Amino acid sequence: MTTERPEIRIEMLSNPLYLSGVREMVAGVARRLLFTEEACGQIALAVDEALCNVIRHGYGRDPDKPIWINLIPLGGVAKPGESCHPTEALKIVIEDEARQVDPGTIKSRNLEDVRPGGLGVHIIRAVMDEVRYEKINNGKGRGMRLTMIKKRVDPSPEAEGAGGTECCGGGGGGNGGGGGSGCPGGEEKGHD
Amino acid sequence: MTETGSGGLKVQTEVRGDAVVVKPQGEIDLTASPVLRQALKQVQTSKPQVLVVDLAGVPYMDSSGVATLVEAMQIARKNGTRMALASLQDKVRSIFEIARLDTVFTIHPSAEAAIGS
Repeated sequence: MTTERPEIRIEMLSNPLYLSGVREMVAGVARRLLFTEEACGQIALAVDEALCNVIRHGYGRDPDKPIWINLIPLGGVAKPGESCHPTEALKIVIEDEARQVDPGTIKSRNLEDVRPGGLGVHIIRAVMDEVRYEKINNGKGRGMRLTMIKKRVDPSPEAEGAGGTECCGGGGGGNGGGGGSGCPGGEEKGHD
Repeated sequence: MTETGSGGLKVQTEVRGDAVVVKPQGEIDLTASPVLRQALKQVQTSKPQVLVVDLAGVPYMDSSGVATLVEAMQIARKNGTRMALASLQDKVRSIFEIARLDTVFTIHPSAEAAIGS
């Protein structure tokens, strides 16, 4: 288990049926932490690609193996009753019990070679700010850990006007999965 | 028009003259991409002149969906079929841009434009 205390930790089985639910959960949390709608989509995509890699390559599509998803907001979050406190970044740690591979061998492939497959690592590295693979040192000789960080960037004024995230203001535009202003104790304006 | 699908993805197939339009409806991820792959393979057995994949009803696609479309494009090239994508939503377009496939596929704003091009 990651040494930092996650604010959300989910254990799922390696069944692709659950990918959709995990994407919605991660995007929903990122929206509440005031990430832009575009960033929420990118975070969900990176998590999806990471989980797909574990399911396909780590576990060979065995649907009954465990995967843990840990969400760790960096820079604090607003507590109930507090005024708005935008998070600086979101750290996501994905752990498994799959066979270990040398992290140095987990690379993006050459995109000039147009062929099906092999895009997941490239996509993860493209949309996240920091990506690190490592073997879990648990004495079992199994298990990989992927740590990804996405920094939060304030939306442009144009995006805010168009319904982008705004601290204790208009809230995320939302495309399902529950939008929200990210202000648990404050007033929510502009919502039904 | 025929419709296939299971789980969260449904795929409609429609013949319009020399063109076949395949319209998936739903998110295309690791669970759903085999459904799309099967539908495309079935359509491609008849070696149509034009194959349009209308993605208007697809709000999300991951790399497994992209791989499915790359595979279909390779089969289309072998068969002499002109294949195009149409009506990509922003989130779906962005994954093609990230994978630098937006210039490899022919992309049109609508299925009608793709058929008429």
